[in-house]
Amino acid sequence: MLSIKNLQVKLEDEDKQILKGVDLEVEAGKVHAIMGPNGSGKSTLSYVLSGKDGYEVTDGSAELEGEDLLDMEPEERAAAGLFLAFQYPVEIPGVGNMTFLRTAVNAQRKARGEEEMSAAEFLKVVRARAKELKIDADMLKRPVNMGFSGGEKKRNEILQMAMLEPKMCILDETDSGLDVDAMKLVAEGVNALRSEGRGFLVITHYQRLLDHIKPDVVHIMANGRIVKTGGPELALEVENNGYADILAEVV
Amino acid sequence: MADAAAKTDPTEAMIASLSKPEATWAAPAREDALARLRTMGLPQRRDEYWKYTRPDTLTQTVAPEAKLLAAEEVPMFDGAERLQIVFVDGVYDEEASDDLSLEGVTIERLAAADSDLHWAKNLYGVLEARGQTPVARPLAALNTAFATDGVLIHVTGKPSKPINMIYHRKSEGSDAILHHCIKLDAGAEVTVLENGAAAARFNKVMEVEVADGASFHHIRTQGRDHERRAATHIFARLGTNSAFRSFTMTVNGVLTRNDCVIELTGDDAIANVAGACVGDGDFHHDDTVFITHDAVNCQSRQVFKKVLRNGATGVFQGKILVKEGAQKTDGYQISQSLLLDGDSQFLAKPELEIYADDVACSHGSTSGAIDEDALFYLRSRGVPHAEATDMLTLSFLAEAVEEIDDEGLREEMTERLGAWLQRRRD
Repeated sequence: MLSIKNLQVKLEDEDKQILKGVDLEVEAGKVHAIMGPNGSGKSTLSYVLSGKDGYEVTDGSAELEGEDLLDMEPEERAAAGLFLAFQYPVEIPGVGNMTFLRTAVNAQRKARGEEEMSAAEFLKVVRARAKELKIDADMLKRPVNMGFSGGEKKRNEILQMAMLEPKMCILDETDSGLDVDAMKLVAEGVNALRSEGRGFLVITHYQRLLDHIKPDVVHIMANGRIVKTGGPELALEVENNGYADILAEVV
Repeated sequence: MADAAAKTDPTEAMIASLSKPEATWAAPAREDALARLRTMGLPQRRDEYWKYTRPDTLTQTVAPEAKLLAAEEVPMFDGAERLQIVFVDGVYDEEASDDLSLEGVTIERLAAADSDLHWAKNLYGVLEARGQTPVARPLAALNTAFATDGVLIHVTGKPSKPINMIYHRKSEGSDAILHHCIKLDAGAEVTVLENGAAAARFNKVMEVEVADGASFHHIRTQGRDHERRAATHIFARLGTNSAFRSFTMTVNGVLTRNDCVIELTGDDAIANVAGACVGDGDFHHDDTVFITHDAVNCQSRQVFKKVLRNGATGVFQGKILVKEGAQKTDGYQISQSLLLDGDSQFLAKPELEIYADDVACSHGSTSGAIDEDALFYLRSRGVPHAEATDMLTLSFLAEAVEEIDDEGLREEMTERLGAWLQRRRD
């Protein structure tokens, strides 16, 4: 599904290498988790994959189902099936959440040569999906993320994911700023979207999110590289001993 | 003597080029206005409030030609239940207009009102004259002296539908001067709509007297003929517990100068003035607002948003004057521009002048570009760059559009602004 080979990235404005050769394969139907200390390059990886400005790829490749992601505009990556759940979802005054969602759904459909969703059909689907995530009608009407609590913003990200039905979902620190109940709700939303045809890359500091979204594979990232890969037990190791032991072992 | 002066003095040249309207009840007011105009002289670049906007094309005797816009689109406010008053190149068109009778209001043409005891005698040129200090507004005095058409609206109750002034333009060289007087009796309520390109050069004055407890709503759009020019003035005086709300949408126009002069003279009154404008190229748009608080516990809001690109210029000159004794004044003023490229400019002069000690006044003015984080967020969801930029542009304008009370009109404005952006994209 997602195939990253020797990805090397530096900041455009500074001569600072952030990713120093990342190799990663996420298969369809699997959940991969990336854990790592602050500054290891986890969020940079998610931004580079989704096409944010400010980064320069100096070497390597990233493909989604064989298509070169790095050559595409952010909206083309989205239409190709990539989705990033933001660590800090952006507030957009004056644009209704519903309008935003429908524009996004139909823009992607149009880009893929599919028929656009009618207003009535969209409304039906969005209401059902919102209900599952305990998102009330008022949140759908309000401007995008305006006045949303931390938990509401993250649920809104998952709602977008549910509506856009991507092939490859990247969750960037989705657990940050959430209490246990909110995290459970978000995790349930994600779990409901797990399917054979869909891959997940869950980026997190802490193991606790992985109690709720059970990963198939866990990677440890440090200093711009993936330094260790293992099963779910690796996350528990981090939880018990911290990163220091693992990093010491690798080095 | 007069002829000789006309050759050298632009004000005299302008006066000489215009024909004096027929003498009616308004004649003394016109004479006074003419005297005011002669004393002030037409605006010049060196005048404090004309620094950012060149007055030349508004003060030359012949209006510069303006190509007609060939566009087939649904006219503004189409389908809304309203009373239509149509002007073509500044001349009332009886055939195209609705019957002017409506319960709760009497409407007459300025040109046809011939009674010597007309109510408008106490309004025509009166608020305009008051509005000449401390800042001179010579184009408004010129208007009072020479306007030949317009409407006199006396609102005695709550008419069931809005009154819509529609300004068609059919000539490339029309030079129109219109003057409206609107008087709201105590407790009366009315909505006035205005739309259309009006003339190649349009000079319009609207004087509005809002009595105690009355409520005036005003929504206008200034036609999107690119080469048209307009200088408009609103002069309003507000009584106790009254409300004045005005919103203007401007899309295109090579030159637009909108002056709004409001006096809050009764306690607990509210004045809201808002504007949303979008333009590109040689578009020049100037909002000049002067709000005087002269009573206790009044509120005023000024909310202006301008989207500029390809070298367009936006100007905002907004003042809140709080007179001695106008305690508990709540004044708010915000003017913002969204510059879509590096060639466009926004010139802002916010002013506060306060002589009371128990007031809350705030003002802010900003210029900015599209928020890159928000743009990336939208694009990451699949919204293409151009469409995402438009969404964020509408988002920027939303705060001004929100000032419109009526939900239907608010939605129509948003749709029109969206359509303008879409046309630029296609």
